[in-house]
Amino acid sequence: MWQEEFESSPARDDGIETSTISGVPLQPLYTSEDLPRRAEEYPGQFPYTRGIHPSGYRGRLWTMRQFSGFATAEETNRRYKYLLANGQNGLSVAFDMPTLMGQDSDAPTSRGEVGHCGVAIDSLADMETLFDGIPLGDITTSMTINSPAAILLCMYIAVAEKQGVPASQLGGTLQNDILKEFIAQKEFIFPPAPSMRLVVDSIEYCATEVPKWNTISISGYHIREAGSTAAQELAFTLADGMAYVDACLERGMHIDDFASRLSFFFDAHIDFFEEIAKFRAARRIWARWMRERYGAQQERSWKLRFHAQTAGVSLTAQQPELNIARTAIEALAAVLGGTQSLHTNAMDEVFALPTDKAARLALRTQQLLAYETGVANTIDPLGGSYFIESLTDEMERQAEAYFKRIDEIGGVIPAIEVGFFQKEIADAAFRYQQELEQKRRLVVGVNEFMVDEEAPIDILRIDPRLESEQAERVQQVRRKRDQARCTNALHQLRKAAAGTDNLMPYILDAVRAYATEGEIMHALIEVFGTYTETAVV
Amino acid sequence: MSATAVRPVRIVVAKVGLDGHDRGVKVVARALRDAGYEVIYTGLRQTPEMVVDAALQEDAQVIGLSIHSGAHMTLFPAVVEELKRRQATDIVVFGGGIIPDDDIATLKKRGVAEIFTPGTPLQEIVDWLRMRFPESTQK
Repeated sequence: MWQEEFESSPARDDGIETSTISGVPLQPLYTSEDLPRRAEEYPGQFPYTRGIHPSGYRGRLWTMRQFSGFATAEETNRRYKYLLANGQNGLSVAFDMPTLMGQDSDAPTSRGEVGHCGVAIDSLADMETLFDGIPLGDITTSMTINSPAAILLCMYIAVAEKQGVPASQLGGTLQNDILKEFIAQKEFIFPPAPSMRLVVDSIEYCATEVPKWNTISISGYHIREAGSTAAQELAFTLADGMAYVDACLERGMHIDDFASRLSFFFDAHIDFFEEIAKFRAARRIWARWMRERYGAQQERSWKLRFHAQTAGVSLTAQQPELNIARTAIEALAAVLGGTQSLHTNAMDEVFALPTDKAARLALRTQQLLAYETGVANTIDPLGGSYFIESLTDEMERQAEAYFKRIDEIGGVIPAIEVGFFQKEIADAAFRYQQELEQKRRLVVGVNEFMVDEEAPIDILRIDPRLESEQAERVQQVRRKRDQARCTNALHQLRKAAAGTDNLMPYILDAVRAYATEGEIMHALIEVFGTYTETAVV
Repeated sequence: MSATAVRPVRIVVAKVGLDGHDRGVKVVARALRDAGYEVIYTGLRQTPEMVVDAALQEDAQVIGLSIHSGAHMTLFPAVVEELKRRQATDIVVFGGGIIPDDDIATLKKRGVAEIFTPGTPLQEIVDWLRMRFPESTQK
């Protein structure tokens, strides 16, 4: 009856795709016939499709965690205090490119990069400044760093020691997800095997020494931003997660000793319902794999906890105020998908790092969602929707199909080495760009609804003098430290790297002796070598 | 279509600096290839010296640079300077990435021929190249 009426009604002929932004075909209507037959699902109960907490956001709202860092440790410290004073309840450190790539600010290849896309950290001295006056026992901190992750975690532990806070009390998250670097963001340094060793070393070390720390944030965000579809983001991220689990099991760890400290990080993109379905499917798949394939006994090992960030790639330089609206919609998807913490992008991040005002607006957007809209009052409010449930199943089905393909290639690392993920992502990115060019998808202000004259907006500028000042600072650290102690610590680290010991205690010793990040990385590179990608277009 | 005697324009496309965000550079590289240009993609983390080396070795007429880390004010002009040093200023340099408007004017003054920012249609880049190199018809 309805079907006939629908088919005889005139359809819009604007040529715009009706599939999701990832290309999943959608029906015009979903009914009870599309609902999968399964037992009633509840939040806080396996397989956690409806959330990991029985009380949802009634028990506790998501953590509003704005990623920030720029210029020097001193300036970023001021921004952190500003954000904390404005009601943010967790810190999230953005490092600059040299820090992310494990090199000091005075290295020749750091020129032009120091303090630009994050804060410059060269040694424990900078880390002390970064957290000056911020009690590390009372807040949680997320650190977005990968190849040199172990070093930055050791610096954090060492700063806490100086504040009198034992490592056992520290809470926070280390991104530490090297696989997605090989797959998407490309901030790799060592080859895959020693990279994985460092990841497992830090997970193993934290299991006993820093038990409240989320040792890894297995990230789909960068995979998505690099151009993947939602299903690819979901599948590749969870496949990475399983690769880390496999690596820890090979080390001889027991699944329930580390699984609950694994955390995830997803993109909250603009295709609203698809994103919500993705988050719900992620929890269900992970729970099932943890319980059924890996035999985890403890419930906390089954629960997929995640952080979400709105999609940087969806922001437009054209009519940038629109980015506030985009970000609000994406943040809403993350909340309805049950995120544990959230970063909302600032409207001006398409030009540079955010100004104070733009950063505050982004935070206020989350506060508005949490306190004005009422969306946090009911747990998984879209659960049971014919459409959402059906799309959640579709996401799951697509992810499982990818797991099979990855298995056929021989696992995640072989798939990286043959460029499987890289090609899938590049193809998806190119397909999307073509859809834009052909106006089969519209981006408001970019390929439709443009204006002739764009009003200029204020952006944050990094003082060019900063680079030489920071270079001077790291040179001063090298002059003032106990050189014999530092040299010895680096020597011990090199020796340990050539063996099989867990490297964390050695890195911690080097950090305490004020060895710089670049020096520690260099010691490891001498043993591990470096990795170069075969570029495929 | 008839083949022409004019050789296609060769373009070296490079990621300079430390950031590994290669979505844009890959999409642009594919689009230029589809438009009939000969595209050589250098891969990640190229220094200005490496980019110019590649351009000279490949006998390229154009260098396309991509950067997302904010180091464009240092690294784009460094490529132009390196071309001057190697007496290869006939090679045209263009770039793209997260680059604020104010910086574009400065970069152009310093010898970068054009900057394409986020949201630029691929066709606009192709059209610009056709305008710069009208004699080399594509296939």
